[in-house]
Amino acid sequence: MYTYTDFDAAFVAERNRQFRAQVERRIDGSLTEDEFKPLRLMNGLYLQLHAYMLRVAIPYGTLSSRQMDQLAYLAEKWDKGYGHFTTRQNIQYNWPELRDVPDMLDALGEVQMHAIQTSGNTIRNVTADHFAGAAADEVADPRPVAELVRQWSTDHPEFQSMPRKFKVAVTGAENDRAVIRAHDIGLRIVERDGVIGYEVLVGGGLGRTPMIGKVIHDFLPEEDLLPYLESVVSVWNQIGRRDNKYKARIKITVHEVGLDEIRRLVEERFALVKPLFTGVDQDHFASIKAQFEAPDFVQKSVGPFNQAYNDDPVFRAWADTNLTAHRAEGYSIVSISLKAHGATPGDATAEQMRVMADLARQYGHDELRISHEQNVILPHVHRADLPAIHAKLKEHGLATANINLISDIIACPGMDYCALATARSIPIAQEIATRFDDLKLEHDIGELKIKISGCINACGHHHVGHIGILGLDRAGVENYQITLGGDHTQTAAIGERAGPGFSAEAIVPAIERLVEAYLEHRTEKSETFLQTYRRTGMAPFKAALYPESKAVAAE
Amino acid sequence: MPKPYTPKVVTANHLLAGDVIYQTRDGWSRQLADAEVLTDEAHADLRLIEAAQQTGEVVGAYLADVDTSRGAPAPAHFREAFRAKGPSNYAHGKQTELN
Ligand code: HEM
Ligand code: SF4
Repeated sequence: MYTYTDFDAAFVAERNRQFRAQVERRIDGSLTEDEFKPLRLMNGLYLQLHAYMLRVAIPYGTLSSRQMDQLAYLAEKWDKGYGHFTTRQNIQYNWPELRDVPDMLDALGEVQMHAIQTSGNTIRNVTADHFAGAAADEVADPRPVAELVRQWSTDHPEFQSMPRKFKVAVTGAENDRAVIRAHDIGLRIVERDGVIGYEVLVGGGLGRTPMIGKVIHDFLPEEDLLPYLESVVSVWNQIGRRDNKYKARIKITVHEVGLDEIRRLVEERFALVKPLFTGVDQDHFASIKAQFEAPDFVQKSVGPFNQAYNDDPVFRAWADTNLTAHRAEGYSIVSISLKAHGATPGDATAEQMRVMADLARQYGHDELRISHEQNVILPHVHRADLPAIHAKLKEHGLATANINLISDIIACPGMDYCALATARSIPIAQEIATRFDDLKLEHDIGELKIKISGCINACGHHHVGHIGILGLDRAGVENYQITLGGDHTQTAAIGERAGPGFSAEAIVPAIERLVEAYLEHRTEKSETFLQTYRRTGMAPFKAALYPESKAVAAE
Repeated sequence: MPKPYTPKVVTANHLLAGDVIYQTRDGWSRQLADAEVLTDEAHADLRLIEAAQQTGEVVGAYLADVDTSRGAPAPAHFREAFRAKGPSNYAHGKQTELN
């Protein structure tokens, strides 16, 4: 696992010391809120509806057991005993008091963690596939690439004041689990005739103007990565719009200028930039890769797994939904659902965090991951140990067998916590999950991704949900707009708006009608909701949502 | 005819605890029911300026509409209702702390 260099450790310690002094000066009145606010945001401290919120970064979503234990300690000592894992691969504490935050940051520093949000109009934390280094379908581990890009972009003088923030995501597999098509730049590691290169996508993003990233280079040689990225960012830095915050992201530049023209400009720029890279970055890349070496996989019989799989239907159901193929023989990737029916998506109690940390320590080569879908992953588990793991998870409410099913919902905090929200998201997620659990339908429905945001900022990724739900404030009442057909994977698509929104009371029955329409129209059980939607189009779903055409006419 | 002025209260977050507070005649309270109801626009603006000056205690003061049809001020918008009560997924915040 990547460990801090002395430079990183000293940097974080110094930042914490400065922030402690800033908090003191805010409390004694020598700093006004206007002066303090940018400082606290830089350190991951937000003010929400009911309290402060501290957002802690989990780079590439990778954690050791010790780090997870420390997150539990923070939850217990300074929060209300839980933490909220988010789609951005970080954890949020919803109830800290201002005076305690410097101590929380020091406690995080002890385990090489921080809340520095690298905020502002810079290149943000690079995200990667949460199955990195474990997935059977992986060409190469994307995390060294993410770390290389992070180091190159941190404090890069040319990129400290760009038109807007800039986000990069990397995957090493054909199956995109890092939502690379919704990032300013998405990178996919590809192999051609035994040679590694990158497919480069540009101009994706969600929020107010959702766009799917487009391929600007289909096979970039490995050694050209940094000069090419530098060229893309630099072209955008020159022609990107600074006049309007909502038009400043590169997605708008690509949309307005056209992909071919951007590609031409980037190549022109690349010819100048490339000679400046002497290959030092490639030597350095090799040393980063060494930090992400795979653990020593063990070989043993998978007998205990087979026996439990045959004998225990509850274990079997869990194994069928929550395991993913691992690249090492005898191993599996375990997804631990933080979506128990009726619970808040992404929340884990301190006790649950400790249980997961212990399991990783005992059976999982000391590694955990946080997925953007708000679940926790044990990336390296031998199948022989799965029955013991499952039994332990069950004792602590962590064995829900629903990964990728209708109750595995992404939901942002919405108006239960977020000061920017226009409606709630969490209760909608809770009700949908509870309802379909009661109906005992979710395994029959199969893969179905519902994603809910409480405002247009789209933290809950609703545009790329098979069913997306956006909470709005319509004349002082919560109103929920449905989009259909979104997809966050390698076949990414932005969902289409289905029609007028629904009240908080009407939204769950509306989802139920959608699902009934799907069950009625699918050709066979293996045709997923998304496939059915792509085949039939909006019409049958629209008819189900708005059974009385009058309702449609009244829009 | 000038539009009737919707009654308001001054609300903010507490600097140290971060929780929701309301301006009373002579200070701050954690309960909306204690808030000073402002029915005159000029006076409301003045009270807001006074609140905003107390930067050592409060953060982000603003005027929120209230419903006074049943006497004590009650939230006029659902956002204010959540601020006055706490989140709906856990019994945390004011809904349990004020009892
Ligand atoms: C509760 C406090 C939060 C606040 C104040 C907040 C605010 C915002 C804002 C203002 C944006 C838009 C930024 C822009 O486009 O320039 C944004 C984007 C985003 N937020 Fe949040 N957010 C919060 C919580 C969360 C949580 C809990 C998650 C994960 C569940 C999340 C995930 C994201 C993601 C993924 C985006 C990027 C969407 C895109 O691609 O444009 N946020 N957030
Ligand atoms: S989508 Fe809106 S409501 Fe949800 S967390 Fe983001 S900013 Fe808040």
